[in-house]
Amino acid sequence: MTRESLLNIAVLAGFLAVAIIASLSGQPYLVTLATKAVILGLAGVGLNLALGYGGLVSFGHAAFFGIGGYAAGILASAAQNYEPLMTWPMELAGTTSMPIIWATAVIAAGLIALPIGALSLRTGGVHFIMITLAFAQMIYYFAISWPAYGGEDGLSIYVRNSLGALDTMDPLTFFLIAFALLLLVLALTFMATRARFGLALAMARQNPLRLTSMGVRPFRVRLAAFVLSAMAVALAGALYADLNRFVSPSMLSWQISGELIVLVILGGVGRPLGPVIGAAIFVLLEAWLGHLTDYWQLPLGLVLLLVVLFARGGVIGLLTGRNANA
Amino acid sequence: MTATLLIEQLLNGLQFGTMLFLMAAGLTLVFGVMGLINLAHGSLYMVGAFAAATAAAATGNFLFALVAALAAAALAGALMEMLVLRRLYRRDHLDQVLATFALILIFSEGTRWVFGSFPLYLDVPKALAGTVRIGSLSYPAYRLAIIVIGVTTAIGLWALINRTRLGVQIRAGEADREMIAALGIDIARLYTIVFALGAALAGLAGALIGPIQSVQVGMGEPVLIMAFVVVVIGGIGSIKGALAGAILVGVTDTLGRFLLPVLLGTVMEPSAATAVGSALASMSIYILMALILVWRPTGLMGS
Amino acid sequence: MPDPILKITGLEKSFGALKATSGVTLDLFPGEIHALIGPNGAGKSTLIKQIVGEIPQDAGTIAFEGQAIDHLDAADRARIGLARTFQVSQIAPELSALKNVMLAVEARQGRVFRFFRPVSRDLALTDAAMAFLYDAGLGERATMRAADLSHGERRQLEFAMALAMKPRVFLMDEPMAGLSPDGSKRMTAFLSDLRRTAPILLVEHDMEAVFALADRISVLVYGRVIATGTVAEIRANPDVRTAYLGDEAA
Repeated sequence: MTRESLLNIAVLAGFLAVAIIASLSGQPYLVTLATKAVILGLAGVGLNLALGYGGLVSFGHAAFFGIGGYAAGILASAAQNYEPLMTWPMELAGTTSMPIIWATAVIAAGLIALPIGALSLRTGGVHFIMITLAFAQMIYYFAISWPAYGGEDGLSIYVRNSLGALDTMDPLTFFLIAFALLLLVLALTFMATRARFGLALAMARQNPLRLTSMGVRPFRVRLAAFVLSAMAVALAGALYADLNRFVSPSMLSWQISGELIVLVILGGVGRPLGPVIGAAIFVLLEAWLGHLTDYWQLPLGLVLLLVVLFARGGVIGLLTGRNANA
Repeated sequence: MTATLLIEQLLNGLQFGTMLFLMAAGLTLVFGVMGLINLAHGSLYMVGAFAAATAAAATGNFLFALVAALAAAALAGALMEMLVLRRLYRRDHLDQVLATFALILIFSEGTRWVFGSFPLYLDVPKALAGTVRIGSLSYPAYRLAIIVIGVTTAIGLWALINRTRLGVQIRAGEADREMIAALGIDIARLYTIVFALGAALAGLAGALIGPIQSVQVGMGEPVLIMAFVVVVIGGIGSIKGALAGAILVGVTDTLGRFLLPVLLGTVMEPSAATAVGSALASMSIYILMALILVWRPTGLMGS
Repeated sequence: MPDPILKITGLEKSFGALKATSGVTLDLFPGEIHALIGPNGAGKSTLIKQIVGEIPQDAGTIAFEGQAIDHLDAADRARIGLARTFQVSQIAPELSALKNVMLAVEARQGRVFRFFRPVSRDLALTDAAMAFLYDAGLGERATMRAADLSHGERRQLEFAMALAMKPRVFLMDEPMAGLSPDGSKRMTAFLSDLRRTAPILLVEHDMEAVFALADRISVLVYGRVIATGTVAEIRANPDVRTAYLGDEAA
């Protein structure tokens, strides 16, 4: 077993241990912090499919994080206020069932990622960065100016959504739900990157000219990666809304897009568990620096700058001494 | 709706467009010459606005405030280039994005630390506080001045690039990076100058907008993203494209906000029309960008 | 005589004022190696790029097995059986040699969008790819990262990928480039056999190899075909001697 896979298992076990110990010793705050890291890690794992494996520097994944959040918020607030979700063309009621919310989040994000990806992927490089950023901003402004779902104030979810008979308000239970979904998505992306699709995606990143000359259009492969990545990020968004029991346009903001990239890079791009480690570091840094100073983003920016300038393999690269090998 | 109102909105669009041009010109220049995507360009806009607000508060002189904004932004830009960005020219776009994102965090939080979270206000200079009559329209003189300054800057930039030695070097840099080395030009110095020039333009934009909006942390990024839309529409690396894109975006956004609710009001009830109209208007420039991407993926003047 | 498998008629391409391809008419028959020679800047690579669909021609027609393929893009042309090898080997440097070839196999099968089964456990896929690696003489290096292969080995990997496409036509852009004299000799022997698998349109600067391999030669100068014929005919052609071979000999 390589050092990296040992590290991977240790990280996942560490997450579980921290949450359980914190819960047993009566520190729900720590459990919530771990849950936040798991959810951001899940979003990072999703983004990594496009960013790390596909080489697609999307600065617009906050759009999908927010869409997931709004799927949870809209469905739940409709159900909790006993208002129909829509009355035309048919009457639909809201729901507080997590699986239905997750499915809605994932499908909605996929449907929106499809045209955004198709347009953004008409170009590449620096165009792609600007265009994904712009489309995310479009959705952000739409959420602010569309009055039906709270506008700038967002939506509250009064009681966390339900999953069977589980008590989702219990911090540890909710942590375990998020953790299980993280494992599921990790397993799915791990499989996809090692399946035929993963080979094609690696080639699309490393040598699109060769992929074309084999008879495969890089565009389609990249679009598939972009859409799948958006869907995973939306799932994380739905969980994040449930964690905070609140969703607002800030989930759609460009800062979130930036932070998602940051946590992928902190852990090491193109590694299965890089984003999870990155999320843990990010959440810890945020909590620790936020405790030290009100201006915690200043040192965060400095740390990030140093990582980019001097530690390009991310933290896993530092720990295992080798670069990502997709 | 009257023609006067429409002309007023058109002028507002033009004024917004010239602001966007000042931002987009720097972005596209830096990308064209150095191949760098700079997310922290919005921070330079903010630096300009804060410098202007501070200088104006201290001296009460708007002209002095403008000079302070230009100097502060150019200095911040030159420092940014020399300390951080020059290490990134040979890196991929991802590293550039991350480093300049980090710079946003540093600039924003640093500014909040020094100036606090409360917005600063900048007064319209007395000489430009009134209105100008254009036919039946009386239009704020200050906004008109912004248009004039923007157009003057565009002409100045054109002259700089086409009529000066520095311009020859910049164009050489855009065409072929190895060529400028072969010509014996000090590339490091050229890059710093180009970057400081772009930064000064952003700072100017920030200072000019100060009397219209409040000066606060985070003011730069929404404008930056719109400037990206301008650059994508105009074609990356093209100053002419930036000008065309900026005016197109400025006018589309302003007229969209004004006209869409009115137009929709003819087919739906007023409250719904306002809601739908304003939501659609907030998306209009991005829809414009999408259409242009379908039609010309490299932008209007892109190669 | 059989019908040509590839037939190019009246092809034109300009870049601004520069005429890169000028009324090129060319064909390729089953079983042959048709070499395309010419001085630098004659437009050989531009011609290959038009045939594979990387850049569109301004005028003229490219027909494959009697059908015009002008409307097909590069990926479509690859799928119907045009395999291209590049002057500079085009590989995925971070993938193993084997995975590079496996991708070519899965692309030929048209089954790229499979998300669950790991390729390493797909024995049909690995076996097929291994066979092509051995055919190209690279079987021993299967598990090495492509980036760690030598220049000559990357060349072989390039050919293993082309073979894995089971093409109807090979389009080769300077396969001898950068090879040692010994490597060139082996490549010559390899290509000589390969023409039985599929005919080859061969762009090459190495005249020794061209004269050893080619069934026919076309000479391209300033975008124009000035002569087509057998090795002996081309050697004897006075126009070719002045325009091209003369420069080489001098």
